[in-house]
Amino acid sequence: MHIVDRRLNPGGKNLANRQRFMRRAKSLIRKAVHDSAANRSIKDADQGGEVALPTHGMHEPSFRRASGSGIREHLLPGNKRYIEGDTIPRPEDGGGGSGSEGSPDGEGQDDFRFALSRDEFVELFLEDLELPDLAKRKVTDAEAVSWQRAGYAVSGSPANLAVMRTVRNGMSRRIALKRPKADEIARLAAEIEALEANPAHDEDPAIRTRLAELRAEHTRLQRKLSLIPYIDPLDVRYRRFDPVPKPVAQAVMFCLMDVSGSMTEHMKDLAKRFYALLYIFLRRRYKNVDVVFIRHTHVASEVDEDTFFHSPETGGTVVSTALDEMRRVVKDRYDPAVWNIYAAQASDGDNTASDNERTARMLTEDILPVCQYYAYLEVGRDAEHFPPGFMRRDSDLWQTYTAVQRSGAPLAMRKVTHRRDIYPVFRELFQKRPAGAEATA
Amino acid sequence: MSAILRADRPLFEGADWDFALIDRVHEAVERVGLGELGLSIYPNQIEVISTEQMLDAYSSVGMPLFYKHWSFGKHFARNEAMYRAGMQGLAYEIVINSNPCISYIMEENTAVMQTLVIAHAAFGHNHFFKNNYLFQQWTDADGILDYLEFAKTYIAQCEERYGETAVEHLLDAAHALMTHGVHRFPRRRPADLRSEERRARERREHEERVFNDLWRTVPGKEKAAEDKTAEERRRALLELPQENILYFMEKTAPRLQPWQREILRIVRQVAQYFYPQSQTKLMNEGCATYVHYRIMTRLHETGQLTDGAMMEFLKSHTNVVFQPEYDDPRYSGINPYALGFAMMEDISRICREPTAEDHNWFPAIAGAGDEMAVLRDVWANYRDESFVLQFLSPRLIRHFGLFNVVDDANESELRVQAIHDERGYRRIQQALARQYDVAWTAPDIQVVDVNLATDRRLVLHHRALNRVLLDEKDARLVLQHLADLWGYDVVMKEIDPGTDGVLKEHAASPRPGILQAL
Repeated sequence: MHIVDRRLNPGGKNLANRQRFMRRAKSLIRKAVHDSAANRSIKDADQGGEVALPTHGMHEPSFRRASGSGIREHLLPGNKRYIEGDTIPRPEDGGGGSGSEGSPDGEGQDDFRFALSRDEFVELFLEDLELPDLAKRKVTDAEAVSWQRAGYAVSGSPANLAVMRTVRNGMSRRIALKRPKADEIARLAAEIEALEANPAHDEDPAIRTRLAELRAEHTRLQRKLSLIPYIDPLDVRYRRFDPVPKPVAQAVMFCLMDVSGSMTEHMKDLAKRFYALLYIFLRRRYKNVDVVFIRHTHVASEVDEDTFFHSPETGGTVVSTALDEMRRVVKDRYDPAVWNIYAAQASDGDNTASDNERTARMLTEDILPVCQYYAYLEVGRDAEHFPPGFMRRDSDLWQTYTAVQRSGAPLAMRKVTHRRDIYPVFRELFQKRPAGAEATA
Repeated sequence: MSAILRADRPLFEGADWDFALIDRVHEAVERVGLGELGLSIYPNQIEVISTEQMLDAYSSVGMPLFYKHWSFGKHFARNEAMYRAGMQGLAYEIVINSNPCISYIMEENTAVMQTLVIAHAAFGHNHFFKNNYLFQQWTDADGILDYLEFAKTYIAQCEERYGETAVEHLLDAAHALMTHGVHRFPRRRPADLRSEERRARERREHEERVFNDLWRTVPGKEKAAEDKTAEERRRALLELPQENILYFMEKTAPRLQPWQREILRIVRQVAQYFYPQSQTKLMNEGCATYVHYRIMTRLHETGQLTDGAMMEFLKSHTNVVFQPEYDDPRYSGINPYALGFAMMEDISRICREPTAEDHNWFPAIAGAGDEMAVLRDVWANYRDESFVLQFLSPRLIRHFGLFNVVDDANESELRVQAIHDERGYRRIQQALARQYDVAWTAPDIQVVDVNLATDRRLVLHHRALNRVLLDEKDARLVLQHLADLWGYDVVMKEIDPGTDGVLKEHAASPRPGILQAL
């Protein structure tokens, strides 16, 4: 009897099957993921988890008998009251038999719950989306350099000696120069010895000449052997490594929000959802994602998340203060050369009229140049409050930003009024587009 | 067995186990299993696995290595979700019919459970695999793992060479037809030269012995027109009618590539390998359960299991052999563990303490004394259907309260046809045996004709037993797969075997570019 401990075998044997299954059921899973994402709270939006899939999409058919036709027999245990010839009314479900006939094996009709890992979930969720301008920032300083194999070199440190390659070179050189083999020499030496062992080797002229020939050959080979080394410095090769500059793998995300009295809880909730999506999205690409929360009324300050969303504040609305604060934080902590900077601003669109010009200027001159991406999200009340067909006047901020955008700045803007709009808007903003297309509407 | 030697101390106390203990347990179980029960088994290989690996094994039909297909991923996902939700426990073990016989045991099991599993799988199932005639006839325990290894590599290579999608479509089609990819009767093996020679000699000797010149003078019949029609010859060449549809496709489908035929063959071989298991579920589990029960009881008698361990064993044993009644919400068909175990116990009772009724019903084994000899013979020479027909005793029919209900779609009510009384015993035996008879449960579908001269249309017949038709949606899907394999139109007629009338007809045309080159 053998006992084999298989527990240490690498797990995930089923991964290949799982991937095939996911690929097959992709459209179904994607739909389920979106439905599920719409229902869950923001904090665990990227936690992976279960989605329900309808079974019919991946049905495996086989020839089997249908229920409800012909004559069928059932054999059941537990008879308590029937005798031969009794009749039983047909059960409602038409499944035949009395009581609960289990459905035939592997034929469950319900959806089945399908657990996705966090990565799979996010991957599907954010499929087809792309970070704008990802390649813009690369650094060439030594800190962010990785080394990559790049063929062979004739010089290098002993630790990088490429043994296989060196031996191979040596072998081809030895073959080319016809270096005598060790057993060839040994054979000659043995033959000489054998002849010398012959007591008549001094007298017999035939043996003498043969011996002389062999000795000459032996010396020649010995000489050749010492002239052609086994490994020559010429053969030696080292593994070569080239430095490859690595793109910066960290990002900072600025959440700017107007928290003045005109922003309702509903609007804040919309903004929060948008930020959450952006966060998940950035997390996928960057190892480190810092989040900076800046709220503003007529003054702006950097706060923590809880305060940002929940602490009520009153005051006027001066947007440029937030941009000021952001500029300060960037200057203090996030060098644009080292950090990818993303900013998302949420507002109901109000701004003090006198501030518009300053806001536009700051945005074009200070903020946008250091940002990878700047998204402006105008949150509104639920659309149903407005009579249909009634066009709202564009808000101050919207007008200001439209002007900025028209001048070609990389600024994305959208209006959102309901929770269900968030995800489509997000998708739209980050959709993969053909190269060169404008990243804004 | 006159003197029971009591062990000085039990094999283990407490729930923990280690490999040394597994070894000792195996030794103790072996002493009982081989020594007292007279089992004959393949060498054992016991593999300890984790939960995830058990789920893995679940999804690839229990085999340690298997080719890749999305459906296994689906089963894995389903099982995992059910398991995580606590809706379904995992089996304590999986055992593979191979030589050596591989049993998987889970690391979470307690020492008692490991003992139970070793007795159940490594001895019970193992004995059954090695000795039952169906397994001997249909499976190659020595070669199966190598074959699966080959299959896995071959299919992986095909995926690399022809693309995953192409292989996936092919496997989908093959899996859909898997239930109709087995030979139900062993084919004649080509005789080797030596036995051919021997038979020729025997034939000659026989002719010489019975030679009588007189026969030459007897006027014979007119030589019958024995020229077969071209039609018959064609059908014979194609081996029609053919119920192994996958085999027919592999050998005959006009437009398949060689690698596609090989993959069909792999699926067919796997189906054939599992063919005996589906016919011996009841006996196999009955045998294993009976064996573990005997062994565990014995270990307890000899003091090798503590009373506590025995209680734990009995708890899970009674769970396993529990049979809910038909009106119980837990009822989901007849539990093969319960019925199998009860029948084995019943046979050993008949051997030892037969009643007058048993003498009437089972004259051959009633009071035979040595129940293990009888059981070993039963395990070797029966399958579920014949086993039930032969050994389901009236006593058990009464015990389970079995009754037979007939559901005729043309009548408004179901009718109780037989219950556990004198008139009913035989009929219940027969009805239950039919439930286990694959010829009765699987639809009878055959390739009957193909018109090679004109449109190459393939014709299949389903002889609808008791006029039970095929599930239409599924049948259409499978037929579509079949048409893709065949490459031309396929039609299936459902035939009423009573009148030979056509009850229903399905047809399918191949989708271009799915399996066949355009």
